[in-house]
Amino acid sequence: MSVRQWAADLGLGIRFAFTGGREGWTRALLTAVGVGLGVALLLLTTAIPNALDVRHEREAARSDITFALDPMPKAKDTLVIARVDAYFRDDDVRGRAMEPEGPRAPLPPGVEKFPAVGEMVVSPALKELLESDSGALLRERLPDRIIGTIAEEGLIGSAELAFYRGGEGLAEKITPGRIERIDRFGDPQPGEEQSDPVLLLLVLVVFVVLLMPVAVFIAAAVRFGGERRDRRLAALRLVGSDSRMTRRIAAGEALAGAVLGLVFGAGFFMVGRQLAGNAEVYRISVFPSYLNPSPLLALLVAVAVPAAAVLVTLFALRGVVIEPLGVVRAGRPPRRRLWWRLLLPLAGLAMLYPMIGDGRENGDFNQYLVTGGVVLLLVGVTALLPWIVERVVARLGSGSVAWQLAVRRLQMSSGTAARMVNGIAVAVAGAIALQMLFAGVDDDYTKSTGQDVSRAQMEATLSSGVPMAAAAEKFRDTEGVKAVYAFSEGYLGDRAQEPEHGTTITVGDCASLREIAGLPSCADGDVFAVHGAEWDTGEDMTKLAAPGRKLYADPSYEGGPKRHEVPWTVPQDIKAAKPREGLAAGTDRGGFLITPKAVPDALAPALDGHAYLKLDRSVPDVQDLVRNTASAIDPLASTVTWAETERAERFDAIRTGLFVGAACVLALIGASLLVSQLEQLRERKKLLSALVAFGTRRRTLSLSVLWQTAIPIVLGLLLASAVGLTLGTVLLKMTGTPVRVDWVGVLSMTGIGAAVVLAVTLCSLPPLLRLMRPEGLRTE
Amino acid sequence: MTPPAGSLLSAEHLRKAYGPTLALDGAEFSIHPGEVVAVMGPSGSGKSTLLHCLAGIVTPDSGTILYAGRELSAMSDAERSALRRSDFGFVFQFGQLVPELTCVENVALPLRLNGTSRKEAERAALGWMERLEVDDLRKKRPGEVSGGQGQRVAVARSLVTDPRVLFADEPTGALDSLNGERVMELLTDAARSTNAAVVLVTHEARVAAYSDREIVVRDGRSRDMERVV
Amino acid sequence: MSIGHTLLGLLESGPRHGYDLKRAFDEKFGHDRPLHYGQVYSTMSRLLKNGLVVVDGIETGGGPERKRYAITDAGITDVQRWLATPEKPEPYLQSTLYTKVVLALLTHRDAADVLDTQRSEHLRSMRILTDRKRKGDLADQLICDHALFHLEADLRWLELTAARLDKLREAVAR
Repeated sequence: MSVRQWAADLGLGIRFAFTGGREGWTRALLTAVGVGLGVALLLLTTAIPNALDVRHEREAARSDITFALDPMPKAKDTLVIARVDAYFRDDDVRGRAMEPEGPRAPLPPGVEKFPAVGEMVVSPALKELLESDSGALLRERLPDRIIGTIAEEGLIGSAELAFYRGGEGLAEKITPGRIERIDRFGDPQPGEEQSDPVLLLLVLVVFVVLLMPVAVFIAAAVRFGGERRDRRLAALRLVGSDSRMTRRIAAGEALAGAVLGLVFGAGFFMVGRQLAGNAEVYRISVFPSYLNPSPLLALLVAVAVPAAAVLVTLFALRGVVIEPLGVVRAGRPPRRRLWWRLLLPLAGLAMLYPMIGDGRENGDFNQYLVTGGVVLLLVGVTALLPWIVERVVARLGSGSVAWQLAVRRLQMSSGTAARMVNGIAVAVAGAIALQMLFAGVDDDYTKSTGQDVSRAQMEATLSSGVPMAAAAEKFRDTEGVKAVYAFSEGYLGDRAQEPEHGTTITVGDCASLREIAGLPSCADGDVFAVHGAEWDTGEDMTKLAAPGRKLYADPSYEGGPKRHEVPWTVPQDIKAAKPREGLAAGTDRGGFLITPKAVPDALAPALDGHAYLKLDRSVPDVQDLVRNTASAIDPLASTVTWAETERAERFDAIRTGLFVGAACVLALIGASLLVSQLEQLRERKKLLSALVAFGTRRRTLSLSVLWQTAIPIVLGLLLASAVGLTLGTVLLKMTGTPVRVDWVGVLSMTGIGAAVVLAVTLCSLPPLLRLMRPEGLRTE
Repeated sequence: MTPPAGSLLSAEHLRKAYGPTLALDGAEFSIHPGEVVAVMGPSGSGKSTLLHCLAGIVTPDSGTILYAGRELSAMSDAERSALRRSDFGFVFQFGQLVPELTCVENVALPLRLNGTSRKEAERAALGWMERLEVDDLRKKRPGEVSGGQGQRVAVARSLVTDPRVLFADEPTGALDSLNGERVMELLTDAARSTNAAVVLVTHEARVAAYSDREIVVRDGRSRDMERVV
Repeated sequence: MSIGHTLLGLLESGPRHGYDLKRAFDEKFGHDRPLHYGQVYSTMSRLLKNGLVVVDGIETGGGPERKRYAITDAGITDVQRWLATPEKPEPYLQSTLYTKVVLALLTHRDAADVLDTQRSEHLRSMRILTDRKRKGDLADQLICDHALFHLEADLRWLELTAARLDKLREAVAR
């Protein structure tokens, strides 16, 4: 067989694919869109590892705070850098203050020159935010003049909020982990990428779940218009092409759609790449440039997709003998067997099972096992569904005429029916599992921060030495603050250096102290020792709280800088207090509680200010108002918000995203369902007219069309729910998250699936009614 | 002109246009119980349209159709559908058997549409299949039987409701002459035995020869040959 | 085939001489078998005797004298009756039927009527044969079938002619 002949046959097929009139075009286009989506998703998937690598490299390249306990000496090439991260609404803002100490001080990646004091360079996203109306509150906190933007190599995502500002007098405040002296940027020991295994799992599952229905759709799409194609092939046989040629021509037709799909896919990918630059998932955004699929993988996709399309076509034709006078199905297809169909999902489960619990131990998931397991489970749906449909339909009794017509039709071609809903079933199963995973993981996050937040919802930490009384007053004057509990906190050791025992010291007025401990009575000047708090051993407290005992606030440790080491003597009239649940963090507080009058002045530099704030949540942006006040009091202040409802909101966003994705895939499948449905109806035009002639009600026929799609869909959705819940459970177990079924998710996903079928039926009703008009009887 | 006395189904001044084409242009028709009337005429003359109008499948643009004293064009679509289910039977050239249903289910279908229970409908269906000598096909599907057998099944189906009027549109069109004649014999015998009227649209003289008289439709106008001669 | 009716029909469009009649007849119907003048002469005198034609005038002039015939009302009625009466269905009718159709067209009568009437007559015969066939034995069936197929062939010719009447009308008018 010559190559020329092959090419000619394939070419003929390609011509047929586009010359089938409006229907031909629709079919080719739908196939191409399906293939295109698949290709784009595949390309994105192949680009993801690369994107994560790039992110990781950039993050490592700009790392500065190294938690070095031993500060390096000042030199010409050193820089003092302070972490001044900010929060705005729910977003983190990466902030650094920099003070170069010599002409050769290192510049951070993406920054061209050091900002002077009162100046800053910002990321494009932050710049946009600061210049917008909604960013006005943040602008108050970051009033520095913007002298430039951070270039892409200094950022890890297009939506990252980051700034570098000029700093002053930082050297005196050097604290490991907060303010450090460095001579270069970049992690001195870049570790192996430690990506969150759960995140990786999510990414993998998302892509598999989105890809699978597309794959199923492609497999179905290349079979679109099968009957018409068979007739065309038969006509070709009549004029003398042999059966191999017709197969090649059929392959050519499938190839045409697939190749057009490749073009579409490249387009979708380019669009998706740009869109990905605007998207932010779990605070992770990427630059389009990160998403470069490796050329080898891209080539693989470009070859594999058309090849798969051709193979599916040939596979579909295997049981078909194309004769010159028509198409003969090779006998009655054999009864479907269960065992190998069951084997697929079981094998999938077997692949996933060993990884159960790995997420909790922070172990790595084997990517291949995860992908393989999920794919096998989902493919199991497509394998099991035809068997289930066949069995169930064979057992269905006859009810009304509409039911009988539908059931009999399904009995005759249960395979076609199952094939039509396969895509929907896979999409729904995957979406259910994914949603369970998201909901579960998210639930977990929310729970870990779920605290008693009735008394205080925010905590502001101020640098040591900031007068707390004045600070508390400023917080009190801030709009939306209902109550302020101000404390100065520090740590006491039994020795000035390397203490063996120690406990906390908390300074506050009586009202504030009552919030954190049970006091028998309180007057300014009192000192209390809290006994029996969870975080102290009682023994420690009795030893430490011995009146007259000398203790040291802010002790120093070996290898660290010298601390304040302020001596303090336990007073004679020390009173005992009982622990009480604290204002935040859910922990009680032990140690010493001191009212302001009892605090010697020397102690002040050894204490940090902490203000616990009760907020009026109805005031818009109340958290940012507080943050602004805090940064006005102390530029190095940090704030923490205790109440966490944002997680749920973020999950809503993902749920919406998932919905949209699933809905798009389902809509695509629905469109193809409609096309084949209409094709089927048109083939039955005469019959429909005849049925109407002898008085069949339109309702009966419409209902039978509905049943005909509804029965396989109901079966498909049931199976999809079962598989989806199983997969979701296994995935949750893998991440070590308590299993909880997101029934809303299950219902909404199956609801979408059902809605698609209903929509398809409704859309096919007008043509059905038109076909039922007596004109269909006219033969002349 | 009043309909001839004793006629079961009659029509006058029928006009029906499909777009710019005038399918019927003043056609007339009448048939008595037990009578077999052939509607003849060249292709495109409006024979089928006349049949569709008479059967209440299509409403004429103007003209009257009387069935058993009732004005057909005054009925609603639902009423006419009900009438077709209960009083009329139909046989077409092809494409009328539901391929998924077995033959006996196909025959029982009109009864079931009328609300008869499945069991009873299939018993009656089997009776008619016996008369048409196709009762051995009851479990087969239409795709598995020959054209002539399929057409006999269709005839059985058209008779299963004991219709008062049987409409047959080229019932032998897809059959060879031997099979066609057998179907015509069975059809006319059965109709005569139940005193049903048969409206037989055909362009074949040898099929029309099974009728009692013929009317000719040409350019949308009908000629009742009996009344002319 | 009735030459008398044909000549009468030809006269309907206006009075003609005997030779004129023969020429018109030959032109329209006598493609393979021209009429002998003697036949025209004897036929015309029979029609004259029966009062279906009259002598409209005699032309003398140069040559032998020539009678000009015209059709009477009785003659027109006779033509009408002839056209409306179907031929007995039997083989080889086409020349008579053809003549009838052409004459109908020539005299602006409805040629389709002629064909419909004839079909009706054929069908009547076919019904009788069909009936006999249904009641008879195999021999009867075979014999009837033979006749039926012949009649069917005629009927097909009738249908075909009916479909081509417009073309024929044009051809005749030329």
